[in-house]
Amino acid sequence: MEITALLEIVDVSRHFDDFVALDKVSLRIEAGEFFTLLGPSGCGKTTLLRLLAGFDQPDGGDILLDDKSIISAPPEQRPLHTIFQNYALFPHMTVAENIGFPLRMAGCAKKDIQARVSEALENVRLPDKARHYPDALSGGQKQRIAIARALVNRPRLLLLDEPLSALDAKLREQMQIELINLQKDIGITFIYVTHDQGEALALSHRIAVMDQGRIVQVDVPERLYGFPNSRFVADFIGKCNLLEGNVREQQGNSVTVELDGLGPVHVCRSETKCVAGSRCALTLRPEKIRIAANVSPTEDESHFSGSVHDMLYLGDVTVYIVALSNGLLLEALLANSASGRTNFFEVGDSVEVAWSCDAGHLVLE
Amino acid sequence: MRKKNVLLWLSAALVYLFLYLPLVIVVVFSFNDSKLNAEWVGFTWKWYGKLLHNREMLGAAMNSLIIATVSAGVATILGTLAGMAMSQYRLRLLQLLVLAPIAMPEILMGVSLLVLFILVNMTLGLMSIMLAHITFCIGFVALSVQARMSSMDPALVEAARDLGASPWRCFREITLPLLMPGILAGALMAFTLSIDDFVITFFTAGVGSSTLPLQIYSMVKIAVTPEVNAVSTLLMLLTLVVITAASRLSPTIFRGE
Ligand SMILES: Nc1ncnc2c1ncn2[C@@H]1O[C@H](COP(=O)(O)OP(=O)(O)OP(=O)(O)O)[C@@H](O)[C@H]1O
Ligand SMILES: [Mg+2]
Repeated sequence: MEITALLEIVDVSRHFDDFVALDKVSLRIEAGEFFTLLGPSGCGKTTLLRLLAGFDQPDGGDILLDDKSIISAPPEQRPLHTIFQNYALFPHMTVAENIGFPLRMAGCAKKDIQARVSEALENVRLPDKARHYPDALSGGQKQRIAIARALVNRPRLLLLDEPLSALDAKLREQMQIELINLQKDIGITFIYVTHDQGEALALSHRIAVMDQGRIVQVDVPERLYGFPNSRFVADFIGKCNLLEGNVREQQGNSVTVELDGLGPVHVCRSETKCVAGSRCALTLRPEKIRIAANVSPTEDESHFSGSVHDMLYLGDVTVYIVALSNGLLLEALLANSASGRTNFFEVGDSVEVAWSCDAGHLVLE
Repeated sequence: MRKKNVLLWLSAALVYLFLYLPLVIVVVFSFNDSKLNAEWVGFTWKWYGKLLHNREMLGAAMNSLIIATVSAGVATILGTLAGMAMSQYRLRLLQLLVLAPIAMPEILMGVSLLVLFILVNMTLGLMSIMLAHITFCIGFVALSVQARMSSMDPALVEAARDLGASPWRCFREITLPLLMPGILAGALMAFTLSIDDFVITFFTAGVGSSTLPLQIYSMVKIAVTPEVNAVSTLLMLLTLVVITAASRLSPTIFRGE
């Protein structure tokens, strides 16, 4: 028998009139995972989270927690808590009363509540804020209090809906690290919603990419980045060059692709099953492309010549947009390394690009 | 620039004079040591003293207080529920039904209530006045509560449920405390509306159930005595205090929302 997941979402759908916000979504989330729902704005992430929390009812499908359906349970009876985007701290209660709220609702003794609230405040390093009202806290502090409140009675699952989107970049990075450590320390399963692919890659054990109410791909960050299963995922996760073409032939995991206007290239170690003649796209990450005045390609590499169309100096790296002979624009990165040299080429310079046969990954229609 | 400012101040002063001059006159003459509202003779408290021995006046004042307290209390409970429903369901019709009595000409309300009470064979008295006052007070409380409710973050209620509060506890611990300023402001407004009301009360009052405004009216029919000035001044003072308190509690409802 299969080991049971902590949370199982089975064919869950949600319609708003004619609009399909969720279309037969199925997911299995294991205990202890940091699981992320990633997708563009409006793809249904919040809708799914609200179904899990019990604020909304699905039109079809089932949600199982520890193998038991929780669909008919009201929010207060589900052993999971939500971190809201705007924190939703109760403005008429002090920080201590806010954190004590779930304990009070659960009927804990006053003394217990006091002890556990102080402990929770210690854990988020805000012990001196107990008597403050939420209005007197900064964004980052509110965030920590909201997390402390949601974790104080040890839920099975924590749902976080873009919890960092209201913070500035610096604080966001700091809170990301705190979240990772927190999740590791307490071992509570996190389901994290974001539309920021960088954040998703940095935080998650596994990521589900959503688009228009559907799950497109579920995988660990490295696989999602290296082996996207569609143009959508390739384009949404990180930067990616998409080179369109036709499959010419496949032998085992070695494929020859006829790129439009560029000619044949060789893709080795392909994991994609393709049929000769079908349309496909070669996904190439900018950092996998070698760029030089004269690349002198190895046997395994495909190479093309072009000219620098545009460049973007970003400090650590410089991004070169290379126009290939067929007019296609290709993005490549060059690290500004220890040599101290930064800008190797100027706009208009003739350059060559090359990539090895295992650098790209094929996606089908 | 400077000149414009002076003009603005001057016109504003005129408007306020227009608004408050009649009230000032009443207050001033309530301290006048003369039976006529004609010229200032000297300062006295005696009209206020006389009020204390006027049985009819005291009875009417008592009635007014009872009616205002009960009407405001009941209207507050019903109006709060109406205001919450209005902000939750956002039905235009609901709004209209609650707010129509506010815009309705008072005389129309008075007559229709009178017809209704006669139809159901109700004896006119304190009870009928209270029922009438409750009807026109509900709308004001509902407005005040709705304004407060729409400025409340709906995520707070969800957060409370999420953290283990049943619907009832969520209402008691989150919704009610957060709505309280709006509810209190509505209650205070209802109280002043009830205690000042003349037209509707006039139609729905029976024999022996006179209220302060009715009492003042019947006295004025003979002459505007300094005693009327004194009781009017007291009524004015009460209204002022209550309205100030209400506006402190809920500034938004006085900004025409
Ligand atoms: N109550 C509702 N009534 C009608 N449509 C709704 C409702 N709630 C959500 N939708 C629609 O469902 C779609 C998904 O919304 P949802 O809030 O889940 O998106 P999201 O992925 O969380 O986006 P974002 O990243 O912008 O928060 C949107 O197109 C939205 O307009
Ligand atoms: Mg959302």
